[in-house]
Amino acid sequence: MQITLNGESLVIDNQVNIIQLLSRLEISGRLAVEVNQRIIPRSLFSTYEIESGDNVEIVEAIGGG
Amino acid sequence: MSVTKNNPEDPVIIAGQAYTSRLLLGTGKYKDMDETLHAIEASGSQIITVAIRRTNIGQNTDEPNLLDVIRPDKYTILPNTAGCYDADSAIRTCLLARELLDGHKLVKLEVLGDEKTLFPDVPATIIAAEELIKEDFDVMVYTNDDPIMAKRFEEMGCVAVMPLAAPIGSGLGIRNPYNIRTIVENASVPIIVDAGVGTASDAAIAMELGCDGVLMNTAVAEAKNPVLMASAMKKGIESGRQAFLAGRMPRRAYASASSPIDGTFF
Repeated sequence: MQITLNGESLVIDNQVNIIQLLSRLEISGRLAVEVNQRIIPRSLFSTYEIESGDNVEIVEAIGGG
Repeated sequence: MSVTKNNPEDPVIIAGQAYTSRLLLGTGKYKDMDETLHAIEASGSQIITVAIRRTNIGQNTDEPNLLDVIRPDKYTILPNTAGCYDADSAIRTCLLARELLDGHKLVKLEVLGDEKTLFPDVPATIIAAEELIKEDFDVMVYTNDDPIMAKRFEEMGCVAVMPLAAPIGSGLGIRNPYNIRTIVENASVPIIVDAGVGTASDAAIAMELGCDGVLMNTAVAEAKNPVLMASAMKKGIESGRQAFLAGRMPRRAYASASSPIDGTFF
């Protein structure tokens, strides 16, 4: 299935929840996730399944003023 | 903001939290994470701003995550909405920041008007501030040096009002001290100059005008020696604050001798 991840399209072979998606992307640390402009609380990462066509944003804190 | 002369620590209270440092420092534009951390330590800042951006996918840099270095248990992290040119993206950024920081409510709201000046889009800022306050955020709002607007943001429920002294990153100093002073005189929430200071004397002037603090980034990060400038800014803020509390002498048009006139032998 195809999703949009941080503005770019990405093909994933099978169903994943957010934990699995992050681990596949080799992303860890403190971050926040939005799916279709809705925030997904960290507590739901292991149960929230990504669906085809979802628009996923993964953000973190960086330097800024 | 009323002067707390009887408390030797003279803290500024923001959203119910007391801070002994009146310097709020940004984390942008430094050479690396190490320099960022050393500048923060030299500044004595307790409130540190960060931006919220997309995580780089597949580009694992050697740099550690900012929040692993600037730890939220040690500093008050102040996420900003820099780069937002409309109310919706600013609100969305704050919601993501709150999730990122485990429910932390304090945010720096800025909704920008154009890229050339980075002046605030005040009508859009009002819309975003109203929504964020409704969503239970503690909003520190970046705005123009307009005393009427500053009062409106206070009445709306913003926890601090942060007028610019000059455009963001310009280093032009306090361009309208009379407006800043009027904003301070009218205020009953902390007034923090956000943007425009270039060097330590600018920060001191802001504090001498009675501001409760100064938020800066570029003036430190773009100094030739950022860590030394961070220390200079700390002292500028402290001496400006003490001078404000001490109350300056009146200005006179002509001289007034410091040594007595009586008892001269010539």
